[in-house]
Amino acid sequence: MFYLNNREEEFQEKLTVTKLIELKKYTYKKKIVKINDEFINPDEYSTTFIEDGDDVKILHLLAGG
Amino acid sequence: MKILKEYKYDFTEIIHGYNNRSLKINLSDMKIESKQISEEMKQKFVGGKGFGLRYLWDAVTPETKWNSPENEIVISSGPVGGITQYPGSGKSIVVTLTPLNDTPMDSNVGGHFGPLLKFSGWDALELQGKADKEVIVYIDGNEGIIKIMESNIETIDSHILSEELTEMFAKDETDKRNYSIVSTGSAARYSNVAMLNFTFYDVKRKKVRLKQAGRGGIGRVFNDKGIKALVIKYEGVKSDLNNPANISKINRAGIRFHKEMNRYDDEQNGMRKIGTANIVEVMNDYDLLPTHNFKFGSHKDIAKIESKVFIEKYITQNIYDGCWHGCSMSCAKAADDFKIKTGPYAGHKVIVDGPEYENAAALGSNIGVFCPETILELNFYCDTYGIDTISFGTMVAFAMECYENKVFTKEDTGLDLSFGNIDSALELIHQIADGRGFGKIVGMGIKFMKKYFIENFDADPKFMFDIGMEQKGLEFSEYMPKESLAQQGGYGLTNKGPQHDEAWLIFMDMVNNQIPTFEDKAEALHYFPMFRTWFGLVGLCKLPWNDVTPHSNKYSKEPAKMPEHVQNYVDIYNGVTGKNVKIDDMIEESERVYNFQRIFNIRMGYGKRTNDKIPYRSMGPVTIEEYLSREDRYDKQLKEIVGYNLTNKSTEEKMAVLREYRESQYEKLTDAVYKRRGWSKDGVPTIEKLKELGMDLPELVDIVSRHL
Repeated sequence: MFYLNNREEEFQEKLTVTKLIELKKYTYKKKIVKINDEFINPDEYSTTFIEDGDDVKILHLLAGG
Repeated sequence: MKILKEYKYDFTEIIHGYNNRSLKINLSDMKIESKQISEEMKQKFVGGKGFGLRYLWDAVTPETKWNSPENEIVISSGPVGGITQYPGSGKSIVVTLTPLNDTPMDSNVGGHFGPLLKFSGWDALELQGKADKEVIVYIDGNEGIIKIMESNIETIDSHILSEELTEMFAKDETDKRNYSIVSTGSAARYSNVAMLNFTFYDVKRKKVRLKQAGRGGIGRVFNDKGIKALVIKYEGVKSDLNNPANISKINRAGIRFHKEMNRYDDEQNGMRKIGTANIVEVMNDYDLLPTHNFKFGSHKDIAKIESKVFIEKYITQNIYDGCWHGCSMSCAKAADDFKIKTGPYAGHKVIVDGPEYENAAALGSNIGVFCPETILELNFYCDTYGIDTISFGTMVAFAMECYENKVFTKEDTGLDLSFGNIDSALELIHQIADGRGFGKIVGMGIKFMKKYFIENFDADPKFMFDIGMEQKGLEFSEYMPKESLAQQGGYGLTNKGPQHDEAWLIFMDMVNNQIPTFEDKAEALHYFPMFRTWFGLVGLCKLPWNDVTPHSNKYSKEPAKMPEHVQNYVDIYNGVTGKNVKIDDMIEESERVYNFQRIFNIRMGYGKRTNDKIPYRSMGPVTIEEYLSREDRYDKQLKEIVGYNLTNKSTEEKMAVLREYRESQYEKLTDAVYKRRGWSKDGVPTIEKLKELGMDLPELVDIVSRHL
């Protein structure tokens, strides 16, 4: 199990940030990714794996027009 | 044209963003007067929407209706409006009593009129009374002359009327950039959702462009007053006309922003390519795109109307599209030489201002249309007929759902109003403009339609309330609030009705889960409506605040607030006015006006808890097909949060329990928000709150005392 935006998610082996974003259909471009309070840069999404117990935050920065 | 009244005035210097006077024109007796603006007025109401509400309060009584002569249309920019160093600085706010329910309506609009009005010597324009004959009001800000002229122009629709007037008044091509026209269109004669078009002259295209004060039927009031158009001229716009207290502060903020826009826009929202329509497919991906009258949040045919279709095939690229000078966000996109297929302009090649996101959703997915050319054609006709695109889409979607539920038939209306019927959608818009057929009913708005369908078609009142997406008479704008309690509050706990310009919290709430408790949501429903109200007080557009993100933002404790941009606004506000405010002071300025508007609503009989209820369609599934479309989500919520045993339960039983739960959540949210805003359980601002804000004015205390 890991947490995504403080909600429980089932842990999957070899789940990268890129794959998680795809699974969740998080297509909006303006977002911040943090794992256990560490920023993940976009060029590291495909090589960063989510571990069991991780606290993942994917914060979308849209506040409407 | 015959001049009915002429008024000459002297110029005064603009000091730190203010002329310190406003212009009042009464069209009944043709009286034109200059009014001084006091320091207290500026301190309590700032400008823009604040000035509009104050003047409107003074003009009307609790008995005044939208078409009473004493009702006013007030147009005002604000102290920051008209600067050219920072993007989005050309906004005006228009205020009037709306035909939708006779309460104060405000609508913001780009184009050049507001800044040119200020540079012509006036911080606000009040239009009161009714002209016997149709008139054009002309303000020459260089000569210091105002003329009320009897109109001899037959043209009604805005795209032609504004071209004709620009051509008529400007002395040559170069002079056209100095003009702005305000007009409405054919629909204003009949429709409660008629809007106003404000122009700017597009020097590169050599065409007049239209921006809309869309919400709340202000165009109908304009037409009822006998105004054909407002025409303003001011030659000589430059960056320091506001006589700012510290221009270098403004310059620095502007340079920071322009660099950011240049660096990040292409990789972020692409505002310079497609404007706000960049989020059409994003909303679809997050199940937030209103589809079939807000039943669903996505559709399989989304690829047909996603932003790249408009970018690649229709919207002119690599051209500057700012609706005021200096706007590097440049999001007022347009389709050039678009060929119209139906109606009075069939065969014409026109410029279509848009589509913005709201237009694409309202004129597309929400009515089941996934054809870009139909969206553009409806967009064009909405604009030139003077119809609010958002209300049109939400109204037609409601009518279509009623049709599909056999509330009425084709024999009743002459139209097959199935979702996605393009011919019927186009026929309806022409009928609304002409005040004929079923379009005359639809054009009156959902509040009217609900009553009409109950009385004439024996429609079920409960079903009408559940699926009619209006509140306080205003149609919902185009976001699905069903799975975000905070956004339900963002729509419902508002002053003018469900328009997203007070709060857009869906991502913070539903996706980011940053505001999980009622108190968190209430805090967001305090801060964001107040912060966003401030834009309408000073003359600014909200889009540059959050449609590009600075690099520093990810290190912020509160990234949703965009702290670096907030600091820019603190700097330019202080830079223009010479104040020394901080963000908390700006929030308090907004609170004063926000509470004033709330009490104004109460004064007009419409501003309490009962009026903040929202249709169940905005909270949860009304129909079985809606429930089944998100069955996993709803079942999970019932099981894990409500603690409901789903075994052997029918869908109807589950829907009833879910409804009870969701409606109770909205009530709890309402309690929390009222408490945070300093209001009673019934939504009335308390006297303590008014004292805290310095707004314990006798006329306000008198109203709230009768309701506490």
